[in-house]
Amino acid sequence: MSDTLIKTIFGRLSWESFPIHEPILVGTFAVVAIGGGAVLAALTYFKLWGYLWKEWFTSVDHKKIGIMYMVLGIVMLLRGFADALMMRAQQSMAFGANEGFLPAHHYDQVFTAHGVIMIFFVAMPFVTGLMNYVVPLQIGARDVSFPFLNNFSFWMTTAGAMIVMASLFVGEFARTGWLAMAPLSGLDYSPDVGVDYYVWALQVAGVGTLLSGVNLIATIVKMRAPGMTLMKMPVFTWTALATNILIVAAFPVLTAVLAMLSLDRYVGTHFFTNTGGGNPMMYVNMIWIWGHPEVYILILPAFGVFSEVTSTFSSKRLFGYTSMVYAILVITILAYLVWLHHFFTMGSGASVNSFFGITTMIISIPTGAKIFNWLFTMYRGRVRFELPMMWTVAFMLTFVIGGMTGVLLAVPPADFVLHNSLFLVAHFHNVIIGGVLFGMFAGINYWWPKAFGFKLDPFWGKISFWSWVIGFWVAFTPLYILGLMGVTRRLRHFDDPSLQIWFVVAAVGAVIVAIGIAAFLMQIFVSIRDRNSDRLRDFTGDPWGGRTLEWATSSPPPAYNFAFTPVIHDLDAWYDMKNRKADRPTSGFRDIHMPRNTGAGVVLAGLSMVFALAMIWYIWWLAGLAFVGLLGAAIVHTFNYDRDYHIPAEEVTAVEDQRTAALAAHPQLAGA
Amino acid sequence: MARFPSFPVRLAPLAGLSLLGGCNMVVMNPAGDVARQQADLVLWSTALMLLIIVPVMVLTVVFAWKYRATNKEADYRPDWDHSTGLELVIWSAPLLIIVALGALTWVATHTLDPYRPIGRLAAGRPLPAGQAPLEVQVVALDWKWLFIYPEQGIATVNELVLPVDRQVRFRLTSSSVMNTFYVPAMAGMIYTMPGMETKLHAVLNRAGRFDGMSANYSGAGFSEMRFPTLAMDDTGFDRWVATVKGGQGALSQARYLQLEKPSEKVPAMRFAAVQQGLFDRIVKMCVRPGEPCVTMHGEGHHGMQPPVNNRPAEGSEGALMKAPEEKGTSPHLTAPRGPASGSGKPGDQTNRNMTRLERPALPGAIQSARS
Amino acid sequence: MATDTLTLPPGADAPAFWDTDPHEHPSGGSTMLGFWLYLMSDCLIFAMLFAAWGVYGSSYAGGPDPKELFDLKLVAVNTAMLLFSSLTYGFAMIATDEGKKAQAQGWLAATGLFGLCFLAIELYEFSHLIHEGAGPWRSAFLSSFFTLVGTHGLHVTFGLIWLVVLMVQVAQRGLVPENVRRLQCLSLFWHFLDVIWIGVFTFVYLLGVLR
Repeated sequence: MSDTLIKTIFGRLSWESFPIHEPILVGTFAVVAIGGGAVLAALTYFKLWGYLWKEWFTSVDHKKIGIMYMVLGIVMLLRGFADALMMRAQQSMAFGANEGFLPAHHYDQVFTAHGVIMIFFVAMPFVTGLMNYVVPLQIGARDVSFPFLNNFSFWMTTAGAMIVMASLFVGEFARTGWLAMAPLSGLDYSPDVGVDYYVWALQVAGVGTLLSGVNLIATIVKMRAPGMTLMKMPVFTWTALATNILIVAAFPVLTAVLAMLSLDRYVGTHFFTNTGGGNPMMYVNMIWIWGHPEVYILILPAFGVFSEVTSTFSSKRLFGYTSMVYAILVITILAYLVWLHHFFTMGSGASVNSFFGITTMIISIPTGAKIFNWLFTMYRGRVRFELPMMWTVAFMLTFVIGGMTGVLLAVPPADFVLHNSLFLVAHFHNVIIGGVLFGMFAGINYWWPKAFGFKLDPFWGKISFWSWVIGFWVAFTPLYILGLMGVTRRLRHFDDPSLQIWFVVAAVGAVIVAIGIAAFLMQIFVSIRDRNSDRLRDFTGDPWGGRTLEWATSSPPPAYNFAFTPVIHDLDAWYDMKNRKADRPTSGFRDIHMPRNTGAGVVLAGLSMVFALAMIWYIWWLAGLAFVGLLGAAIVHTFNYDRDYHIPAEEVTAVEDQRTAALAAHPQLAGA
Repeated sequence: MARFPSFPVRLAPLAGLSLLGGCNMVVMNPAGDVARQQADLVLWSTALMLLIIVPVMVLTVVFAWKYRATNKEADYRPDWDHSTGLELVIWSAPLLIIVALGALTWVATHTLDPYRPIGRLAAGRPLPAGQAPLEVQVVALDWKWLFIYPEQGIATVNELVLPVDRQVRFRLTSSSVMNTFYVPAMAGMIYTMPGMETKLHAVLNRAGRFDGMSANYSGAGFSEMRFPTLAMDDTGFDRWVATVKGGQGALSQARYLQLEKPSEKVPAMRFAAVQQGLFDRIVKMCVRPGEPCVTMHGEGHHGMQPPVNNRPAEGSEGALMKAPEEKGTSPHLTAPRGPASGSGKPGDQTNRNMTRLERPALPGAIQSARS
Repeated sequence: MATDTLTLPPGADAPAFWDTDPHEHPSGGSTMLGFWLYLMSDCLIFAMLFAAWGVYGSSYAGGPDPKELFDLKLVAVNTAMLLFSSLTYGFAMIATDEGKKAQAQGWLAATGLFGLCFLAIELYEFSHLIHEGAGPWRSAFLSSFFTLVGTHGLHVTFGLIWLVVLMVQVAQRGLVPENVRRLQCLSLFWHFLDVIWIGVFTFVYLLGVLR
């Protein structure tokens, strides 16, 4: 066949794009293929495909979608962390004559992939998953506003993750750093598929994130149970509302800037090029206008988790609820006024720099107030140090240091010496691990019994906890010190041998964190194995002495969440119910109106992924076909008017009777 | 404008860190006055913030311990959730600190604005009257640094030599992508950007050899984009200039175009002469003969004012416009490579894989340095 | 929300904690809010494109400038097309509210035709520009022009596809609540595009020529 024909059919995909020359990678590829094949075969053998498809993949139940988000986050955490280990290994050995084991083109992909995966496909799924699971339960709703959209959003996020994973074995990932700064990410300096993988993965996942943001805002605004005024909303729901407002107001900016970058790459426009009137600084500004709010998108829900956990495990009302809410709102607004602090060193004037430096510092005031509020929630409480509370205390002690170094970096002349240094790297890991990730672990340990009806094993949980906390400090304290020694980030090789000891210590820290991750997986395994044991099983639906509505229903909650919609009189609605001995209705159930499962989300996301991959590899005919298919599938979906059904009253009665019986069998556990 | 006093090091809790392992915290203990003031600012800001961070951390531990569930002695007030007085304190305490820090920031940011000529050589040592700053023009190339000394008419690659106690005025730009110019011992970093010029004023107060680097990732050869910075007394500097001038080679337009091609781990080079106005042509992106220069509207004091770059379009064609056979391939990183040499043409395939020539070594194996 | 009536139902001494007498909620209660939120996010995409236009609007890179390129008369006709289509969509919504299916379909068809004319004129303008060597790759000014105007045009295209689909659905099922809700969403979308176009006409064409 002629070259033209081959290129027309396969674009720039060729045998060279696969790792056929590297026995180790071929081996890895084979293992992954065989392992994946085995899993698929097992699913087929045990006839699980139908179950998975019907009960999970096509499910529009916010609880199942929430759990699937968490699974996605955990799987991608393993990939992202493997990247982290490779970086730590490279940096701890590449001194002087030793070049380490990663050549530049590989190492540069590793640090890019690490950042992209950890932010977009670990932290975001965790945050979205928790919000998806918890928010409708906390506000006493049966589901989210747009259940189908929720399923579609999840699959778009997953499609984005799969696009990133594909780059591991076919072609390469971006070698630009996680924000793909122009002009390095332009066609002139990155002609390969790497940046295209980056752009399309984020665009596909971005659609999911944006729609899930719209969905959750509409849910919180429209579907709160009667009596739940805004100022009676649980703090986690408040943070979810603020986060989703940030998502809806920030992700379009990312979409726009990535679209311009891809126009530069695909059409030859001149937005961020050096010639033709382009201006790369425009990219830097626009990406950070999205990028800074993104930080708060991640941290606010974690703040929400800590608020719930502190109050529950201190057996006490949350201190300063009103100021907590205002603090959240102030942070939400200020998140948009600080983006320039990411590039003080780009030569803006002193007044501009000072303005953005000071607005950044102002954010620390509401954040500080929140820390004090948690502090005074513990004050005069009865603090139970279960796992979620341990994560919270560790967060308070870790995060303040990260916050302090953050404010330090907001002082422009200090930033001049610390920008792009390992001090900066240590700072943002300090707030993202110490804030977001600790929050997610607190949340997982806290809400797991709600989702599955049994607690997570505390022994392995504690091993995971201590490994993470100690590992974090061992890994990142050296980076703070190295930053003060003038060592900058993303370096693959060093000359000064005196630095090596610090990198070795950091690598040891990474290994300790790896133990923490392994212990976390072990914790899940052991808990599932022992799920029926007395120490883990929970029959009440309220194992922690909870205060908010999600604890008012059974664990796991029935598909419809609440047989009757709760009526709210107090901020701590469930605590109020327990306190005033509200009886749970046990009869008079009616049909419940529910949305029907649909496979449309999987189909649309699958077609989006095909479209993206075809665009990445310049296979225009396939891209066109996939796009038309996408449009057609979406239109066909709109012709389906039969989207809901009723759970008959008998079925509801049966489920609720079961719970009545379970509560009666464990009276010592029931109630407060 | 008022200067903030240098930080009393003995009192600095952070300064204790510098004793750790006797490591050289160059950022905290620099050789130039600008970096010195920046380090002081780091310490002052940290001290200010510790005023609130330390109590918070202590209270966290104390409360967590005192109000543990097993301690039945402790006061327990499950419905206590508000105290106006306390709320006032927890909002105003951080506010006061931020007001102080904000004031410090405003003053320091203006004093230490890199575009502003420095006001003193060091604490208590004013600038000598009538001494003009030494101008050094810096160009970040893929992946090495070019330094042009216009008054001396010389240029170097990957070697920066400066006289001690003399103000230096850096004018900086880049030939292709963004980098940052950073000599931690001298002053904070500043971006170098293609088609734009940034400025930095600094001074070195101590003779010695310091590290300089690019602090902003710029591609395959970025890790080795380092240069020694040598500070000498005036006579030493003059002698060095004379040595360079007595050497060979001139940095002409043609030689620059050759130099501009991507290359890695470039040893230091010296040029005894430099073509007039070369730096300005680099900034305006018109070194190639016949290339029209960028005309900048709104060319201002600071790089952040978007200069209107009116250089005609060139570079790669958009992917959708390419004929099938122009699509190229995108090999996996493990695919074998042919010989690569840097090309001056942006988008050239040979530019991107320079380090790919190397096969990955097994972990731990010592490799000989590359040629 | 009716908190107070639920707090103490007559004859009860404890507040009600469960709404044991629920009424079926009409489905799709949040659709308009959700769609509005989506439109606001879309608005932000346009905001970024307008910002890009603001920055790049005079980066001609030695190429042609707006005075040489823009044919204001053509754009005025184009603007009229879009404004008329909004007007006819308004009539379609009035007919929908009155439950007059045939009339609504007629107005929707008119809207579609005006929309098509708008797109045809825009495509003519684009092909003319590209033919003159003023394609989006010529300069940053033209890149931002094509991207902003083209994104708007793409929205109109999707609006048209949606319109056709809806007309089929209305023909099949009549003005059932689902279809009315969809018509309302498309109405929001269509008027939104009109507002964006007014911005484009003012900032890109008029101010571009004046610049």
